[in-house]
Amino acid sequence: MRTSECDVVVVGVGGQGVILISEIIGRAAMLAGLSVRGVETHGMAQRGGSVINHIRVGCKYSAMISPGSADVLLAMEPAEALRYASYLSPKGVALVNTRPVMPVTVTTGQARYPSIEEILSPLREVACEVKAMDATGLAAKAGSPQATNVVMLGAIAGYLPIEEATLLSALSETVPARFLEINRKAFELGKIEVE
Amino acid sequence: MREYLLGNVAIARGILEAGAGVVSGYPGTPSSEIVDYLAPLAGEQGVHVEWSVNEKVAMEVAIGASWTGTRSAVTMKHVGLNVAADPFMTLAYLGVGGGMVVISADDPYCHSSQNEQDSRRYAAFARVPCLDPADPQEARDMTLRAFALSEEFGVPVMLRPTTRVSHARADVLVGPPTKRLAGPRFEKNPSRRVALPVHARPLHSELLNKQAGIEAALEKEPWNRSMVRSEVGVIASGIAGLYAEEAIAGMEAEVSLLRIGTYPISRKVVGDFLEKVRQVLVVEEMDPVVEEFVEMVAKERNPDLEILGKRSGHVPGVGELDPLTVRDSIARMMGLPSRPAPKISPQILSILPPRPPALCPGCSHRASYYAMRKAFGKDAVYPNDIGCYTMGVGMGTVDTCLCMGASITVGAGIRFGGEERPICAVLGDSTFLHSGLTGLLNAAYNGARMTVAILDNSITAMTGHQPHPGAGRTASGQPSPQLSLEDICRSLGASFVETADPYEIDSMIETFERARDHPGLSVVVAKRACVISEIRSGVRRPRLKVDQEKCEGCRICVNFGCPAIEFDGTVAKINALCSGCGVCAAICPQQAIEVVK
Repeated sequence: MRTSECDVVVVGVGGQGVILISEIIGRAAMLAGLSVRGVETHGMAQRGGSVINHIRVGCKYSAMISPGSADVLLAMEPAEALRYASYLSPKGVALVNTRPVMPVTVTTGQARYPSIEEILSPLREVACEVKAMDATGLAAKAGSPQATNVVMLGAIAGYLPIEEATLLSALSETVPARFLEINRKAFELGKIEVE
Repeated sequence: MREYLLGNVAIARGILEAGAGVVSGYPGTPSSEIVDYLAPLAGEQGVHVEWSVNEKVAMEVAIGASWTGTRSAVTMKHVGLNVAADPFMTLAYLGVGGGMVVISADDPYCHSSQNEQDSRRYAAFARVPCLDPADPQEARDMTLRAFALSEEFGVPVMLRPTTRVSHARADVLVGPPTKRLAGPRFEKNPSRRVALPVHARPLHSELLNKQAGIEAALEKEPWNRSMVRSEVGVIASGIAGLYAEEAIAGMEAEVSLLRIGTYPISRKVVGDFLEKVRQVLVVEEMDPVVEEFVEMVAKERNPDLEILGKRSGHVPGVGELDPLTVRDSIARMMGLPSRPAPKISPQILSILPPRPPALCPGCSHRASYYAMRKAFGKDAVYPNDIGCYTMGVGMGTVDTCLCMGASITVGAGIRFGGEERPICAVLGDSTFLHSGLTGLLNAAYNGARMTVAILDNSITAMTGHQPHPGAGRTASGQPSPQLSLEDICRSLGASFVETADPYEIDSMIETFERARDHPGLSVVVAKRACVISEIRSGVRRPRLKVDQEKCEGCRICVNFGCPAIEFDGTVAKINALCSGCGVCAAICPQQAIEVVK
């Protein structure tokens, strides 16, 4: 038996706005009258570390998603997509920003950053569907690379049991008014990209 | 009204709903957001909210407030309760006035902590009730109940959320704040407020005599509930109860479940459940507190019961649980297969570069460590402490990390233990004011020959930029007296105290060299605001770039470890993360790094 309507794992690097996306989806779920659970990475890992948030829409249990059961893996960064791919259900979808954020281990030459294909090919074996996009580039097109997370929100919109208009209301409640236009544009570009 | 709230915010809302008048705490993940949320509301809600200088101080402030009849709450992380244990233990004897809630947030898996200690043990040690929420709604509900329980039995009540409750979000039903009670007054009553032996003895008896009443009251709480479906059962506590409930629903299994949410655990509730099962799995994070209790009660109520849990190896003894682990533990008990793990081989994951948390681009701690290493060398001993700067462990200047404030004291001990090499102890400003002061005083008093570096970024950065007495303002934004770390260090007995700016790398190195050569106890204050604070307050510096013609690819700047500096195989480059600190330009032997004009 399913214990949640839709389980989403949002991953990325501390500072990429992962928490904001979780908050917008959570608020939208509430506006839609659905029970919602989430869990965030705070503290030490926020300093440029690898971060993961869980969001469960239409769920009354804990906020933690089990490995092998996420309906969507929303990745702000490609290496992080693969790092957390084990959360995906065999029927799950991975939405991946292809723009890498280099960890210090790579910039200092201790480790190598794999090619995008090296990341996407095993991901395709785990996920039912992989949609990769240059969300950072799309965000820049919308007006600011800072809006990468909102491009990804637009990308996931069609996979959530929440109306797009409700997501947009939650977005406008959450981001500062002066950035709303850029964010709406970013949302739209992300949505079109997966269509 | 339902709101989408973080667990810690749900707790904060519960505190406001209970009409508390004083809230104190010391920042520590995962507890910090409770005071963070309340501090800006202090004025409009008429509540005194403070970041205290450490957990012991915070506990004592809350106790004083409670003794005026005002409801109070104190927040800390689990290890903070070690610091506050002294007042906590005796408070259980003396008792409270207004209801007092001690919030000690545990961190299974050490997401941001140095150990996995279980606060439920502390509650049992002090013989006070402990409420163990499974989610943000329970956290809010239990907070409200905790104040009432505290007043009913005259003891402090512990609320013990864990990381996955404090940092979870959920739709939470909350009510409006209650106005704090007017007319609080400290009533003199030495037999209950002065812990002389003559008072402590009868108070100890009184505390023991309260236990049966506490157990009986908690028995009826909604957080202890059972569902009997078969002779195979699960007993689970706190968040593990929610995992078990989901696992049983997901497996559509005929398994009985008893959820435990309060301590001391009711013998009756557990005994009644044990009589109905022949096999039981005890699921809990951290210590086997419930498991040991079940073993004890089973002797009397069901001696033939098969008890599975940590001792039998069905439930891990370290780290945190999750729904899948709990599901598989239940499946194993029932002889069912575990759920197959997703097929990603470790070889595939091994292509991923590690991404550990790191000091920020432009963080002054990196510069301080660089200068320290230049002055003291790689052979010196570097006792370290708890803060962002512990992340400098890869720079060779972090040799120990034990607990808050232990850098100076452990360093002094290393010297007295016979170590002859130079010793440079490192701690941050918030940690120094938390518990480094006494260590410095002790080192001066007992004649420890060593250097202490205070990395002063004027904020408690790691936990989310909380102010402290060195920041010049309080939690609620009131200006506070200007503090001089240098004057404090001199007063405590340091015979050499100098301040330098880590961004001025040459003078920082020279300062460390003078401190190293000082024959007694020397202190270096490396003073530079946290780069995140600077960015938030609008400081912008021009970025730097590498002149590709001049760069010889020596990698000195790359090895400095700033995330803004990359190496493309032949030359260094500076990426968009650059905050313009300029330290890389100063250490480049080719003068190949320059400001972008």
